[in-house]
Amino acid sequence: MSDKITLHYEVSPDDFTRAGEASSNVKSKLKKMGVNPEAVRKVAISMYEGEINMVIHALGGTIDVIISQEDIEMILKDKGPGIKDIDLAMQAGYSTAPDNIRSLGFGAGMGLPNMKKYSDEMEIESELGIGTTVTMKVKII
Amino acid sequence: MTVNDVKEILGAKIISGEEWKDKEVHTACGSDMMSDVLAFVKDQSVLLTGLCNPQVIRTAEMMDIVCIVFVRGKLPDESMIEMAKEREIALLTSGHRMFSACGMLYEKGLHGGETYR
Repeated sequence: MSDKITLHYEVSPDDFTRAGEASSNVKSKLKKMGVNPEAVRKVAISMYEGEINMVIHALGGTIDVIISQEDIEMILKDKGPGIKDIDLAMQAGYSTAPDNIRSLGFGAGMGLPNMKKYSDEMEIESELGIGTTVTMKVKII
Repeated sequence: MTVNDVKEILGAKIISGEEWKDKEVHTACGSDMMSDVLAFVKDQSVLLTGLCNPQVIRTAEMMDIVCIVFVRGKLPDESMIEMAKEREIALLTSGHRMFSACGMLYEKGLHGGETYR
């Protein structure tokens, strides 16, 4: 099996209840494919945090997941406001999420740090007023 | 201990997932902030929370958490119960507050895992 499998998801904006559906779907697919549980969990958590971010900050977007034999790549693309200071956003506890998000259990400033923690590679490209693309890779082996 | 032990210790009620009451739990985590829960991977964990929305179930799903205890008498709605059933996560509700519920489980030997940093 040398072919890569690609999955595509649309993340709808302003629907906090449904946030996480894409990550949930990827998790169950990877589980069925027999990917090792540790890698599955790393993908699930990092993608879920990213998906939540897209709903909170970025009016939704798209997620592409590319599964190869070596790794799982996740490309999260939004047309949101962009990240002003990426280094600052990466600091644990720094958050620009509105208060109503905190009452929903998020916005603690742990999203990006968690994504970094659980992925083996992470890259953020962001332009103010244009959008943000986060690319993460989790190794399977 | 098992999910059923957690139920007994907390005087809790099983809302759904009676069939998973014999599942083992090894660690616990108490938080209303889901990102804090997501920051620490633990195996066979129970989540205690006062937060009651679908993202609690999703967080538990991503973390492979086996049991959620809603503290302060919180009750999940039907859609949350359905989500939990599909994911084989047991749901419990307890009238105790977070601090007391955590303390009662800790006293009986259920701990939180390693220290941060």
